[in-house]
Amino acid sequence: MTDSTLVRSLHFLLHILTALLLPPLLPGLINKVKALVAGRQGPPVLQLYHDLAKLARKRAVYSRTTTWVFLAGPVAVVAAGLTASLLVPFGHSPSPVHFQGDMILFAYLFGLARFATVVSALDTGSSFEGMGAAREVTFSVLTEPALFLGFAALAKASGSLSLSGMLASPGFAISRATGPLILVLAGWMIVFLTENSRIPVDDPNTHLELTMIHEVMVLDHSGRPFALVLYGASLKLLVLGALIVGPLLPRTSAPWLDWAGFYGAVGLLAVVVGLVESATARFRLNRVPQFLVAGLLATAFAFFLLQA
Amino acid sequence: MILFGLALALVTLSGVPGLFMRAGGGRASAWLLGLGALAGLAAAARVLCGGAPPALALLRTPLGTPGFLRLDPIGAFFLVPVLVLPACGAWFGAGYWGDAHESARRLRLLLGVTTGFMALLVAASHALTFLLAWEGMAVTAFFLVAAEDRDPETQRAAWIYLVSTHSGTLCLFAAFGLLSGAGFLFLPVPPGLAASPRGTAVFLLFLAGFGMKAGIFPLHFWLPPAHAAAPSHVSSMMSGVLIKMGILGLVRALCLVPDPPLWWGALLVALGAVSGILGVAFALAQHDLKRLLAYHSIENIGIILLGLGLGTLGKSTGHPELQLLGFAGALLHVLNHSLFKGLLFLGAGSVVQATGSRDLERMGGLARSMPVTAGVFLAGSWAICGLPPLNGFVSEWLIYLAAFRGLAFTHSSWPVLALAALAVIGALAAACFAKVFGVVFLGEPRSPEAAAAVERPRSMRAPMLVLAGACLAIGAVPVAVGPALARAAGAAAGLPAPAGLGALAHFGILTAAALALLAAAGLLWAWARGGAAPRAGLPTWDCGYAAASPRIQYTASSFADGLVSAMRFVLWPQVRWRRVRGLFPAQRAYRSHVPDLVLDRVAEPGLGLAARGLAVLHFFQSGQLPLYLLYILITLVALLVWMVA
Amino acid sequence: MLSDLLIALIVLTNFTLVATARIDKMIQVAVIQGVLLGLLPLAMGLGRHPHIVLMVIAAVGVKGWLIPYLFRRATRKIKIDRELSPYVGFTASLVLCALGTGLALLLASNLPLAPGSQFKLFVPASLSTLLTGFILLITRRKALTQVVGYLVLENGIYLFGLMLVEDMPMLVETGILLDLFVGIFVMGIVINHITVAFDSMDTRQLAELKD
Repeated sequence: MTDSTLVRSLHFLLHILTALLLPPLLPGLINKVKALVAGRQGPPVLQLYHDLAKLARKRAVYSRTTTWVFLAGPVAVVAAGLTASLLVPFGHSPSPVHFQGDMILFAYLFGLARFATVVSALDTGSSFEGMGAAREVTFSVLTEPALFLGFAALAKASGSLSLSGMLASPGFAISRATGPLILVLAGWMIVFLTENSRIPVDDPNTHLELTMIHEVMVLDHSGRPFALVLYGASLKLLVLGALIVGPLLPRTSAPWLDWAGFYGAVGLLAVVVGLVESATARFRLNRVPQFLVAGLLATAFAFFLLQA
Repeated sequence: MILFGLALALVTLSGVPGLFMRAGGGRASAWLLGLGALAGLAAAARVLCGGAPPALALLRTPLGTPGFLRLDPIGAFFLVPVLVLPACGAWFGAGYWGDAHESARRLRLLLGVTTGFMALLVAASHALTFLLAWEGMAVTAFFLVAAEDRDPETQRAAWIYLVSTHSGTLCLFAAFGLLSGAGFLFLPVPPGLAASPRGTAVFLLFLAGFGMKAGIFPLHFWLPPAHAAAPSHVSSMMSGVLIKMGILGLVRALCLVPDPPLWWGALLVALGAVSGILGVAFALAQHDLKRLLAYHSIENIGIILLGLGLGTLGKSTGHPELQLLGFAGALLHVLNHSLFKGLLFLGAGSVVQATGSRDLERMGGLARSMPVTAGVFLAGSWAICGLPPLNGFVSEWLIYLAAFRGLAFTHSSWPVLALAALAVIGALAAACFAKVFGVVFLGEPRSPEAAAAVERPRSMRAPMLVLAGACLAIGAVPVAVGPALARAAGAAAGLPAPAGLGALAHFGILTAAALALLAAAGLLWAWARGGAAPRAGLPTWDCGYAAASPRIQYTASSFADGLVSAMRFVLWPQVRWRRVRGLFPAQRAYRSHVPDLVLDRVAEPGLGLAARGLAVLHFFQSGQLPLYLLYILITLVALLVWMVA
Repeated sequence: MLSDLLIALIVLTNFTLVATARIDKMIQVAVIQGVLLGLLPLAMGLGRHPHIVLMVIAAVGVKGWLIPYLFRRATRKIKIDRELSPYVGFTASLVLCALGTGLALLLASNLPLAPGSQFKLFVPASLSTLLTGFILLITRRKALTQVVGYLVLENGIYLFGLMLVEDMPMLVETGILLDLFVGIFVMGIVINHITVAFDSMDTRQLAELKD
């Protein structure tokens, strides 16, 4: 084994371990930040790990209306999330799997997760889940093109058709692509908040049907499937966060600095999300499309600035 | 050629034994079509794996050129869905449209004849053969659509179809006539012709003629009524194969031109985007299951056009990879769409037969009573949304790759339109099929008929399973179809040798990703099912609501309402309801319907206006025979005088 | 020489047809016209070709015997003998026919025929017969008269085709004779149906079928 193969295998291993073990920390961080801003102590940062372990021991309860499709939702979310985590670079370290066009597979894996969640929600035969499902699919019509136009802009700027090339491209900070890059990241931040059901689009903490999108779709899950649901949501935070964090990280000399920088940046992203959630209120539901259109326009403008 | 001829003979005559048999005619025709399909697939496989294209030439005809049938790679690729789908349809029809129906014999005969004409069409290499096969296919399909001809809605749908297809054929005659300077064989046109006014006219006429058949917006208006009115296995064949013959024509026309101008590709991309987005938007608003599936066909034709447009852009700008990827994506989507749309229509047929209605609002909870049908319908929905690891994703992947290459390496902005359109289409399609699958199969039954539904017999389930298996195979292992696709796409793109499509499109990695995904899902499923024994049989919790009834579920209209009202400037829904007022409101009703934009809001009023305007010409129609003869005499004398003077 | 004489006689029969009111006389004149036409190839000096002789025999047989036989059967069944009140009166139709012949001569003189060919009178004669047929079709009311008019029309076309008979004999004769047969049969069915449906041979009743 030569040096570079050893290094690559280490990167690979660290990537997989990060994807498997880091995600539950992020919702903990976000909740801690929100609690501190609100003047409370809040739950411990590692709370979600405890919750997952507890749920793994619990018994699942299934309604008689549901079929095998009900279980397919959480399973698909985690499976798709794990597969997608192999495609996205964490920081400047290249992802284990990278090829031209991997961003398309990335986006469609999350599309698969969304479809499975929606279908498993409709399986319960309840109007609450139906409501959440209807809203989820409506908003996804605006977030998908925003994501893809962001990819288009980055592809144009970096000349690479792979996520590892687009996100880890050096010299982004000081080039003609700075302005468009900021627009892309702003648009992607909006997509991030929407896809992860954060305020101002959705409230992850209430359980009133008027205010829910994602929370209401998983209302009937329990036991191990619910553990998969929670884990999948946090995995999505990590993976989509890596998209935003990647272009912002400066390139350093040593690989371990890269990784440390990545962890720091992801933590910082969680703190920022917590602050955003504390500072704003949830939008009225008919204002959410306007918010999403703003994100779409941001990424579209970024592309056209680069095209000109 | 023998295999192909055998296939042709078997499929054309597949309905004939049924005319003489008292019972079992359905099975006989299914067997014959199946055997013909196998023979034809063998012939196609031989060509696609590098064999020489078999050809059958006629002696010199009065039109001066030889050339009759030639099964080149493009034709062989299109032959696959042409034969597979009617075979599955006939198998399905054995149970679905049994001898109890008065039109069963006629339907079986016509299904075979239509398939025969289509097989002839894909192999035609002479304009006359092409047009004859085209007309034959169109007319026999008319009789297929009008199978239940006592129903006035079916009659109307069949007439609209006939008028549209003949208008399209008229444009094709004109186009072939204008092109006749290059002979009637399908030979490449001289460079420079495409940019001339004649070339423009030919392109637009071909686009109109083939577009009318394929269902490109705004020439799509015949599709929804015809597909809804026809029996389901006929709809599956029409949607899966008949409209693809329009795409075949476009592909053949495009591959004849060595130097298409840039605006051709741009126009194709624009039409593809419009068809795709509007198709799925209208589909979202439908509550008739088969009309909804018909609009989805329009959307997928839009996606195919996006691929063709990107390929043509690549040809115009001189990027061979873009060309190859675009055409490969379009061709693979033709095959994939025929597979999953055929599957969906067969599933819809099962559901419609089980519940006795096409209305989505009267279904629900069918997954428990019809598990196999639900499973294959889910596979079809999954595939049509383009989600990994099924086949819809692979063809959309190729088109996405082409779009990304286009925007990164050329200076044109059109690839970005294709990209954005594909993204929106994907999201809307996922919304629509989540609605369809959820409302039809999941939840509680919304009507007594849905509660009483039973699973369909094996003869109806088996073809659906075959098609679902094919979808999974192509999606999970795209490397298997890579070489054949490369050969067909290379021929379509006009490239001399296909340059490693598998490597360019990373089919190997897609296969690995699909297998990894399935493995991960399997492991997680096992884990989720493990642990303490689950408790089942309780009612749905949803915030502890105690009196859940099937009527509190989301209906299809309510699910789609967010998107439909967002797009009301394009859909123009007709909504009738009165506001709910007061603390104890009386009973209220809500009705919504989205008529087709082109047919019901433009074509019918327009034609009505034209008919009233032309009624002034009634003056000339006196009914007097001598007067008509006088008209003929006047014309004759006028012509003589003009000729002499 | 002889052919020009026959052609002149044919044109005379045109005038006679247009001026007659009695149906059996019309049929007789039409038959004479047909026989004259049938014999025309012999007069043109083409009797040396055996298949042309056969054609002449067939044409004379059909036009001289078969068609009058069919007509007699029709008239016996229907029992009419007079054309009453046509749209355009008999004198007026005669004038029209004369004008038509003049127009035909004018047109024919402007058509590019090789000078000195023996076909100089063929074109105007055929055009004039054509126009006569049309006049009969348009201005007469009784269906049977219209059939006669159709026959005369066919005669005109046959006359035109005789110019080509040496080069393309088969094509001309089969096409034309077949046309004739089909025409007679169709007309037979039409007359039968008109009589059955309306209990009358008056084609004005057909106007009821208009939209």
